[in-house]
Amino acid sequence: MIEINNVSKWYGDFRVLTECTTRVAAGEVVVVCGPSGSGKSTLIKCVNALEPFNEGSITVDGTSVGARGTSLPKLRARVGMVFQHFELFPHMSITDNLAIAQIKVLGRGRDEARQKGLALLDRVGLKAHADKFPGQLSGGQQQRVAIARALAMDPICMLFDEPTSALDPEMINEVLDVMVELAQEGMTMMCVTHEMGFARKVASRVIFMDHGHIVEDDDKDAFFGNPRSERARQFLDKILQH
Amino acid sequence: MGDFDFSVIAENWAFLAEGLRYTVQVTLVAMIGGIVLGTALALMRLSSNPLLQRFAAAYINIFRSVPLVQVILAFYLILPLVLRLVTGQMIPVGADTSAYLTFMVFEAAYYAEIMRSGIQSVPRGQVGAGYALGFTYAQSMRYVVLPQAFRNMLPVLLTQTIVLFQDVSLVYAIGATDFFGAADKITQRDLRPVEMYTTVAVVYFLICFALSRLVKRLQTRIAIIR
Repeated sequence: MIEINNVSKWYGDFRVLTECTTRVAAGEVVVVCGPSGSGKSTLIKCVNALEPFNEGSITVDGTSVGARGTSLPKLRARVGMVFQHFELFPHMSITDNLAIAQIKVLGRGRDEARQKGLALLDRVGLKAHADKFPGQLSGGQQQRVAIARALAMDPICMLFDEPTSALDPEMINEVLDVMVELAQEGMTMMCVTHEMGFARKVASRVIFMDHGHIVEDDDKDAFFGNPRSERARQFLDKILQH
Repeated sequence: MGDFDFSVIAENWAFLAEGLRYTVQVTLVAMIGGIVLGTALALMRLSSNPLLQRFAAAYINIFRSVPLVQVILAFYLILPLVLRLVTGQMIPVGADTSAYLTFMVFEAAYYAEIMRSGIQSVPRGQVGAGYALGFTYAQSMRYVVLPQAFRNMLPVLLTQTIVLFQDVSLVYAIGATDFFGAADKITQRDLRPVEMYTTVAVVYFLICFALSRLVKRLQTRIAIIR
């Protein structure tokens, strides 16, 4: 589904990604972790071209992301993305947040888009909040709406960029629950997250990044059982201490 | 002030009101046209195309560096020449008509800077979210960025419009009959400067003061909850 081959990226002289290669097969859930500044968010943003890259290639469902003729809006409409800071549109009601891209990008009718949005809102347990504005919801609720908004586009895969790192601790689980459910339904997912509990539960593979390199790329059991690199072991020791 | 003659005001009220109507019309046309043109300029100035960027920057800098009264005069004198060049005929353009265009073009430079900071006030992640949903540049501007920029900047846009409303009085330099111009003409004829100029000043004050109070109240009501 997603194939990343030898991708490198520079900010001026600073190299943020160094020859990253990995793939996410259909139905797989791949968790990307690593210390901050390791390039994991940059890598996931390269997948739907929110960040350009300088070398290598990325293909999503056979479409080359970096190629000249690729229509990025068309590609992105098929790839759902959830952000650290939710990024709901604050000037629109929840219903409109869910409907606008369905109407303007996919050309769905207003009623159809609304129905679809409400059904997904119900699925993430927030139907009662349909007429509110994003600012009236808690962080966890906003993030669940953001997931519903991405799902409303019927994506072929989903990208999560630290979906729980901006949340208060008591709200993390409500978001993870939605993600777990999604994973169990067979959605192809690439998730940048430090939630190792989530990784243990649903990940097929875990990627560990450091300084722009993919250091580990293993089956979940292999990763948690015996990370090969010293750096990954240190990282896991630190975040799993408590 | 003992001989302040209210009857002069009463007698000429219809003429003054006509002038006020013209002032309001120019203000509204220049506001709407100026905001549309200014938004386009702001988008150009923020675009990645260096040609558009430089054009917009030059436009904004030129109009913000020249006194308005000179621009009014220049447009009044040059517009007929330009029209003759384009159409090959002599088309007379009255002072009243040329003022509409002048103010629209001039105010656009100021509205552009307001809209630019409005656009920049929208977090970058919002644009990313729009793109991630499949929006094109135009769509993410239209549905995500500009509505928020406009709302964030509405008080400033309206305050600029209040300034514009007062500045329309400068058209008296080309003999157009706006509110101030009307009072000026009556003064010339009836030689009652105290009555006329005081009345105009009071009316300007009342309108502008009321409007800025309104803007202040609006400011608290339309803020987007984040």
